[in-house]
Amino acid sequence: MTSSAETTTPKRPVALGEEFYLREQSRLEQMLGPEWYRLLKGVVTNPLSVAGLIIILGFIFMAAFAPVLAPPPTPNWKTTLIPRDGFKPEPQPPGTEWKRNAPETIPFWYKTLTGRDEWVHLLGTTSGQYDIFYGIVWGSRTALLIGGLVVTTSALIGIVIGSIAGFYGGWVDEVLMRIVEVFIAFPFLVAALILSSILVPIFGRSIWPSSIALVVFGWTGYARLLRGDILATKERDYVLAARASGAKDLHLILRHILPNAIFPTLVVLSLDMGAIVLSFAALSFLGIGVQEGYADWGQIVSFARAWILTLDKHWYIIVYPGLALLFYGLGWNLVGDALRDILDPRLRGSRS
Amino acid sequence: MSHLLEVKNLVTRFYTEDGIVHAVNGISYTLDEGESMAIVGESGSGKSVSVLSVMGLIPSPPGKVEAGEVILNGRDLLKLSPEEMRHIRGKEIAMVFQDPMTSLNPVLTIGRQMTEGIELHLGLSKEEASQRAAEMLSLVGIPNAEDRLNDYPHQFSGGQRQRIGIAMALSCNPTILIADEPTTALDVTIQAQIIDLVKKLKEQLGMAIIWITHDLGVVAGLVEKVAVMYAGFIVEMGSVHDVYKDTSHPYTLGLLESIPKIDSKEKRRLIPIPGLPPDLLKEPTQCPFAPRCRYAIDKCWEENPPLVAIAPNHTAACWRAEEIHEGLRIDLPAGEPA
Repeated sequence: MTSSAETTTPKRPVALGEEFYLREQSRLEQMLGPEWYRLLKGVVTNPLSVAGLIIILGFIFMAAFAPVLAPPPTPNWKTTLIPRDGFKPEPQPPGTEWKRNAPETIPFWYKTLTGRDEWVHLLGTTSGQYDIFYGIVWGSRTALLIGGLVVTTSALIGIVIGSIAGFYGGWVDEVLMRIVEVFIAFPFLVAALILSSILVPIFGRSIWPSSIALVVFGWTGYARLLRGDILATKERDYVLAARASGAKDLHLILRHILPNAIFPTLVVLSLDMGAIVLSFAALSFLGIGVQEGYADWGQIVSFARAWILTLDKHWYIIVYPGLALLFYGLGWNLVGDALRDILDPRLRGSRS
Repeated sequence: MSHLLEVKNLVTRFYTEDGIVHAVNGISYTLDEGESMAIVGESGSGKSVSVLSVMGLIPSPPGKVEAGEVILNGRDLLKLSPEEMRHIRGKEIAMVFQDPMTSLNPVLTIGRQMTEGIELHLGLSKEEASQRAAEMLSLVGIPNAEDRLNDYPHQFSGGQRQRIGIAMALSCNPTILIADEPTTALDVTIQAQIIDLVKKLKEQLGMAIIWITHDLGVVAGLVEKVAVMYAGFIVEMGSVHDVYKDTSHPYTLGLLESIPKIDSKEKRRLIPIPGLPPDLLKEPTQCPFAPRCRYAIDKCWEENPPLVAIAPNHTAACWRAEEIHEGLRIDLPAGEPA
């Protein structure tokens, strides 16, 4: 019969811990499985990624409570447009009185924090008197929307193409990867710039031309990366074992290969959540994409273009939107870096 | 009389950048219902490729089953569509793999991995499939089977994982179980347990077994028939008794001489087979074993011997098979390091 070592099983499931003692598994670990649990645990225990998560949560908070933080001037105001206080070209410093198109309500936090009864331009105004505070607060919605939209779409396209290329190999792989290379041959930002300026007459000035351009030239990275990991994973014995028990191709990809090959793609995905917003801002800064006055960080920075020579006096027109971009990018980078460290097999076990 | 599985003249080649690899060069064998056979050979002898060809699992490209027939219950598996073949795999022919550490998906629970095949082949509902999986787990000796369905592979020991692999393979009542070196990656004590388990399960369930191994000793007590493979050819085939006692091929002799015998009276050095397995890139024209063979004669270098009967149900592919069968033995030349 069986040896005693194999027949004595503790009542609760156990796993070998790093110090090689048997430890009990939490319900969460049991539910998520070893890999996802390790990922989650790593992200919430690494101080840097916790800092990143806090920053990202801050932006999500800002986006969610935008109507309380920066109320629009009228009830049916199109909230994506930054209210402007006149048309003067010269930027006004923080604390300037808000004369026209001031928010209709004064939220509870405003009086406690500033001690005033009237709205002032908290962070100043840009050239053309767009309120910077309003732009940054509502711009966080744009950033999260663009990041989420562009990254999700390009990752989905990349995952589908990369999976098919990697799994089937042969001429399918050959054809798909040559297509990918055609897209990669163009410098990313220049290509996106050209495509989005072509798309502007078709879609009008909105978030769509830049977003579509970023997706068109952004999916290739995911496809290439995932293809490589699929190539490695599909040779594993458990894939052969699943095939030997009669599994369909689609089932093999979705159930057995992707869940084991997706992790490096997740790292790039989280880094891209920040990077794509920066690219979008760059396109906005160059004047391509959203209409003038749209609450978008890149757009606010672009208003500073004519005032670069007097930045010592008008520093606020570049510092505040720049900080928003910086922190947003930093937040995602910290999380992405932490994910990469957690998933790097060479670093495995080096931190407790 | 018709056999359960009949493999006829199976040829598998791999088209690589270095040339054509002649992995399996026209092997034929039969397997009857409930019979168990072993395919024995060293690394690269084509034993795994031959069963993967039967399963339709040769990676293509670069591999290709070029000729032959694999007849299971009157149907040629090589002529089936991929979709039809999918319903043969796991249902009619199931497989257990060499390394239990890598043949289970680390991110799926045992239950999910086991039930997917059961749901597909037996058409059971989720609950029924889980129940069936739990039954199979207790059958192979995993305690608390029902609870452990929710566990992940890393929570099991190597021996337990191989038990799970066997349970998974047998869960749809296959008529043939192919075991590809299932004990190679395990400790010796666990090896014995797994072999005992398979023996017991065979008595209970009555499936036919093809057991692939490089270790003649492992299978002696388990199978009825042995096929010895070398360089993609079957060089000797017969009942365990015939192959072990009335050995008729120098390669089989070499394999037997290199097994340590605990119960032998005299002290005996192990005799390894000199040289390396042949280059499979060359089209075989001579006897592939000739360069390593102490019994080689001129004819061996000119013509590849066919597999011929030397006794009822005992075949060997050697020009001197008759002599060796009659008891011809050539010892190592004196002074040669053994």
